[in-house]
Amino acid sequence: MTANKPWWRPDGFYVYAVLYLTFIYLPVLFLPLFSFNDSKYIAFPLKGFTLQWYSEMINNPSMLNALANSVKIGLVVAILSTIFGLLAAKAVTRYRLPGRGPIVGFIMIPLVIPEIILGISLLILISLANIPLSLLTVGFAHLLLCIPFSMLVLVSRMEGFDRSMEEAGLDLGENAWMTFWRVTFPIVLPGIVASLLLTFTISFDEFVLAFFLSSIEPTLPVYIWSSLRFPSKLPATLALGATIFLISFVIVTFAEWVRRRGVRLESTSGI
Amino acid sequence: MLDISSGLSMKNSISQSKLHFRLRRLFIQSESVRGYTMLSPTFLAMVLGLAMPLVVLFTLSFWLQEYLDFIRTFSFANYFEFFQKPIFGKLLLKSIRISGLVTIVTVLLAYPMAYFIAFRIKKNKLIWLILITVPFWTSYLLRVFAWKIMLGYNGVINSGLKSLGFISEPLAFLLYNPTSVVITLAHAWAAFAILPIYVSLEKIDRSLLEAARDLGETAWMTFLRVTLPLSLPGVIAASLLVFIPTVGDYVTPSLVGGPRGIMIGNIIQSMFGESQNWPMGAAISVMSMFTVAIMISLFLWGTHSYRKRIA
Amino acid sequence: MNLDSIIDFQDVSKSFGKVTAVDQVSFDIKRGEFFSLLGPSGCGKTTLLRMVAGFEVPSSGEIQIDGQPMSVSPPNQRPVNMVFQNYAIFPHLNVRGNIAFGMRKSGMRKSELDQRIDEILELIKLPGYGQRAAHELSGGQRQRVALARALIKEPKVLLLDEPLGALDKKLREQMQIELRQLQKKLDITFLFVTHDQEEALTLSDRIAVMSEGKVLEIAEPNELYESPSSRFVADFIGAMNFFEGRVISQDSSKVSIATNLLGDVITTCKKRFPVGTRVWVAIRPEKLIPQFNKPELEGTHLKGTMAASAYLGDRSHFYVHINNKEEPVLVAMQNLERSTTAVQASQNVWLRWSNSAAIILERN
Repeated sequence: MTANKPWWRPDGFYVYAVLYLTFIYLPVLFLPLFSFNDSKYIAFPLKGFTLQWYSEMINNPSMLNALANSVKIGLVVAILSTIFGLLAAKAVTRYRLPGRGPIVGFIMIPLVIPEIILGISLLILISLANIPLSLLTVGFAHLLLCIPFSMLVLVSRMEGFDRSMEEAGLDLGENAWMTFWRVTFPIVLPGIVASLLLTFTISFDEFVLAFFLSSIEPTLPVYIWSSLRFPSKLPATLALGATIFLISFVIVTFAEWVRRRGVRLESTSGI
Repeated sequence: MLDISSGLSMKNSISQSKLHFRLRRLFIQSESVRGYTMLSPTFLAMVLGLAMPLVVLFTLSFWLQEYLDFIRTFSFANYFEFFQKPIFGKLLLKSIRISGLVTIVTVLLAYPMAYFIAFRIKKNKLIWLILITVPFWTSYLLRVFAWKIMLGYNGVINSGLKSLGFISEPLAFLLYNPTSVVITLAHAWAAFAILPIYVSLEKIDRSLLEAARDLGETAWMTFLRVTLPLSLPGVIAASLLVFIPTVGDYVTPSLVGGPRGIMIGNIIQSMFGESQNWPMGAAISVMSMFTVAIMISLFLWGTHSYRKRIA
Repeated sequence: MNLDSIIDFQDVSKSFGKVTAVDQVSFDIKRGEFFSLLGPSGCGKTTLLRMVAGFEVPSSGEIQIDGQPMSVSPPNQRPVNMVFQNYAIFPHLNVRGNIAFGMRKSGMRKSELDQRIDEILELIKLPGYGQRAAHELSGGQRQRVALARALIKEPKVLLLDEPLGALDKKLREQMQIELRQLQKKLDITFLFVTHDQEEALTLSDRIAVMSEGKVLEIAEPNELYESPSSRFVADFIGAMNFFEGRVISQDSSKVSIATNLLGDVITTCKKRFPVGTRVWVAIRPEKLIPQFNKPELEGTHLKGTMAASAYLGDRSHFYVHINNKEEPVLVAMQNLERSTTAVQASQNVWLRWSNSAAIILERN
């Protein structure tokens, strides 16, 4: 269907793809670009290289505090949502459950609901229950958001390998828990790693829910939002943004690589 | 006497162990029971965090607020206000329009990209997929922020064009209007739209396309008559994944929309912020979700009849 | 309950919703037997096997293994092991790891276990393969590893779920021979599920033919082939020709059947039929002997015309059209002489048979 074109006449699709990727990445690449720019204003022409914004960023205790909060929440949410997601994925892929479709659909709702609706609903519920706002409430909201993502990653991983592996484990004498530990877990491990990394990143970067559900202790995105009101802080905020973007990029690239590589490993074993 | 009581107690323990036996048998026998037990922690968490809050939201929309207290009597007052003051309806419709535009632009731009990866890339699909998915996971806030600095009066684009000599005065129309909102959101949701379309394109059996060509169709017609219809589930999923969250967005309008670009989400947020009228905010949210549900139903009905027509 | 039985099915049924997969099955399997469950797809044989393994629980009835009722025992507590249809080799373990998997709780010292594994590798003819990774194995090798993994646990019964289905013909035949030898050598009861009747006939001590959840007949291979007890079984195993007939008389030694095409057939029959019963007279294709020259006594032969033929190298199959018979008769003939002349279509052929070759089956 596609004839081999000579190399000097690029495939139209290829050109489009490159342009599209440029469109996606270019605006974001301006963040690090201007974070090294020796000027208070984010505009061309470039004035010179400086690291002052980065040092300003690091020497900011409230920023470091917000960073610590985000990391703490991120770790807890990553672990909990992966556990919940794993249980749900195992239930959905390994057992015959009548009514499975609607239940899974229900669990997936946070993916499609506008975050503001989710945020205010939780805010109302928590206020009516007289629970004070804190990092815990933020963590709970993030957990709700991350469970569907974790489930998606893990369901695709578990559907990819045959149920008879676990039956073989049982048949050979292991009980359900040991079968999970010795058979399911090692095979699903790439999916678990991917889920942990992905959910950590989602929680780490999440803004709307954190905005509604935190009190005096901000998460990092909330901190960035508040500093956007102060133009003098803008370059330091840029530096922060660039750093976060780079870290997220590295983590998620690694997560996707692990997840997809895991899939490949299995297809060569041909079962 | 002893015989009877020991007989009775033996009978009790037998029937107890029989019950235990039967329960155990039910548990082992019924796969569904075991499955649901495993699903229950997750499901309960979601009920707690999703169903209950939404119910509460709905309930709150019928209450009123006086300063910091809620008046817990049932009242339609908020909804009356919603329909009486034109600003709410107008803003909601404007938000729907903007979200619709964003959805169309995003999906149209995303489709060729998804097609490219699914059909034109043989080796290194992994790398392309990673390149596409990774921005999707990173901070939404930062991506909107990046556009803010791009589109500003003294921002990147303007200063860049100025220093290159293309313009003498900065372009004012770039920022703080609905257009900037559309551009920013189309950028933010790009990866979100590509993935579902890619997945459904990838699933298409290649031999179907070969069969169409074999039966005499041109490449373009094959696309229209085979590929496009088969990828429709992915397109629908992508559209929904972009449209629904966009309607309630307030971050983008807040950063790049300016006064002309605000959406219904900004009003809702202010109700929970400065304006301190939670029940009103709840009512507006309910109306927004209701409208979105109607739009989705229309959309799904439309695609369903389209699919029926071409079948 | 027989002390000789190692598995005893007592009125076992299994339903999935409205679908009945297994319908009141009762029989037993003897110690040391190579027992096959044979039937078409969907007949319930795999479900029955999985109930023995413990992956399905009977809706009603009881399964006893070596005298112990098993219905609430989970799979890991049963003295049986299974070779899965797709082998289920653990991809994250090498060959050694796979084989040793079920021995974790055995309490064996490592040196002893290693030696056992080496012995088993010899037994399955993969010596030295211990360190190979799972994905480096071919289909046949994976199947042997699956076998070894189950056998090292010395189960009372080895369950095999169509293990040879994915192998090519030559490999399959080789594995059949090896499986049989292995079973005899280890003296373990094998419960084997297959839809391939040739395979069942080759391997088994006894075969249970199943259809639609029921066990139709259990017999040794030659009895199943030469004396099937129902039309379904007769037709399922090998090919069969059926002629309509009616019982004229029956005494202790023989039965007389009147037929349109074969004349009066007199043969032995275990079953008792009242006079006038409608029956099938069934004759195997290889028991019909064709000749192409007109015989002296034409009345003792069945006359027909050649419809089609198939040359299979060592034998030939002919389809012969008989007047007043709708379906053609299949004749299987050994090619005893080297002949390069093909048989002509529409050629006349006369078929001879001996009465003792006729099987009498009920016709309803």
